[in-house]
Amino acid sequence: MINAHPVVHAKKERVARSEDLHSDDALDALDVFDILPPVASSICFLLDLSTELLEFDSVRDIKDPEHPYSLEQLSVLSEESITVDEKLGRIKIIFTPTVKHCSMATVIGLCLRVKLIQSFPPHFKVDINVSPGSLADEEAVNKLLNDKERVCAALENPSLRQLVDECLYSNELYSL
Amino acid sequence: MELLDGELELRVIQKLEGHTDRVWGLAWNPAATGVTGMLASCSGDKTVRIWQKGPSGSWDCSAVLEDTHARTVRSCAWSPSGKLLATASFDGTTAVWEHVGGEFECVATLEGHENEVKGVSWNASGSLLATCARDKTVWIWEAQPGNEFECVSVLQGHTQDVKMVQWHPFLDVLVSVSYDNSVKVWTEDGDDDWHCVQTLGEASSGHTSTVWALSFNSVGDRMVTCSDDLTLKIWDTSQNPSETSGDGCGSWSHLCTLSGYHDRTIFSVHWSREGLIVSGAADDAIRLFTESKDSLVDQPSYKMLVKKEKAHDMDVNSVQWNLKEPRLLASASDDGTIKIWELSEVSK
Repeated sequence: MINAHPVVHAKKERVARSEDLHSDDALDALDVFDILPPVASSICFLLDLSTELLEFDSVRDIKDPEHPYSLEQLSVLSEESITVDEKLGRIKIIFTPTVKHCSMATVIGLCLRVKLIQSFPPHFKVDINVSPGSLADEEAVNKLLNDKERVCAALENPSLRQLVDECLYSNELYSL
Repeated sequence: MELLDGELELRVIQKLEGHTDRVWGLAWNPAATGVTGMLASCSGDKTVRIWQKGPSGSWDCSAVLEDTHARTVRSCAWSPSGKLLATASFDGTTAVWEHVGGEFECVATLEGHENEVKGVSWNASGSLLATCARDKTVWIWEAQPGNEFECVSVLQGHTQDVKMVQWHPFLDVLVSVSYDNSVKVWTEDGDDDWHCVQTLGEASSGHTSTVWALSFNSVGDRMVTCSDDLTLKIWDTSQNPSETSGDGCGSWSHLCTLSGYHDRTIFSVHWSREGLIVSGAADDAIRLFTESKDSLVDQPSYKMLVKKEKAHDMDVNSVQWNLKEPRLLASASDDGTIKIWELSEVSK
């Protein structure tokens, strides 16, 4: 296990939001953040599955990190790392993989992209990058995550699609 | 080109709806009868649609080519005779369709690439077909009698997925562009042996990120490429690479770079017979460029002629000039639509 004891940060308190995302209320970084589920709780799911899908296959040796924490708690994401320009219809996300050679970065990035595509009007442009210095192959990961052709092809791959869906929709499962 | 002296605009003639997912590629049939011809479009919905201008003057879908590709159809290309349509798919295959009496029949399926096939192109005579894929290879297929296609060469050289292949307009010179940021030029040595004669990379004033597409001008002495680095580059391709000595000295060279226009990835570029370059990008815009009048022979410069912002609601994936009607343009987008545009002078 690469990261048995992740540094866990306290979740920030924030005012509950009940507005529909597609309502007339202005979108802001907080909106983007709120729609991202506690992805990390389901990352353990991902690690059991084949990882050749995105050509980053060094995950094999990670067995079951079982991190029952959210991405925010793991500092993978924070409100400060999300920029929304509603006028231009652009969203910029910078996330920080919790281990230097976190090969799951591409899968996490893919999950973030799918979630944002599903949650925002289709004309929004989404840029997803890992934070500078957080990964050895940061440039390669950034390039892959922002190549829409590679992302489309990845999402047509049934096993990878399943991976992403499980990552995004398995929270209910975990809270049972 | 006097007509181009006035202020120009792109006007939508018609929006073609029917695809149920993003539209990736377009191809005008080079031989279709009638002035405006026939347009093929391919999509993430796994189908290819054929569009023709009906008696009422509107463009209608005349055929849907489906149940052949299991995944996204990324690109399509007509043979020079206009009788065959080749379609490249993320399912790893390239299909060849024959157009007989208004019907399209899949007459061949080319298998061999390890994964997503992204580009397909016929050479000028229609005897050779090139395909490229994420598996980093370019395959050359020979068309044989009875719609048989035999792979004659597998070209290795790119270090990442190959986004597009395109033959020179009349020479058997093939160009491929890649996620590895380079442009490669391939020729045959006369013995069915194909090899890379030149790589246009960063060291040759090339692109600094993924190269998505390329297009030659009508006489084939210049080529334009477009990239994720937000630039278009013009190359001098007047030398025949088959005839240069093998001293490693490249025969094609960088002429100029058009930057500061599109602000997101440029996915498509096409050079018209009249010399107009059209580009389509992830900024939802279409732009037209032309060579400046004060352009020098060895240091040409290009200027933007028309900027059409919000040409589509989402990314523009493909832009293609009609081959017969030089001011007719088609564009395809992530918004699932195709638009037919007319370039005309702004009416005062």
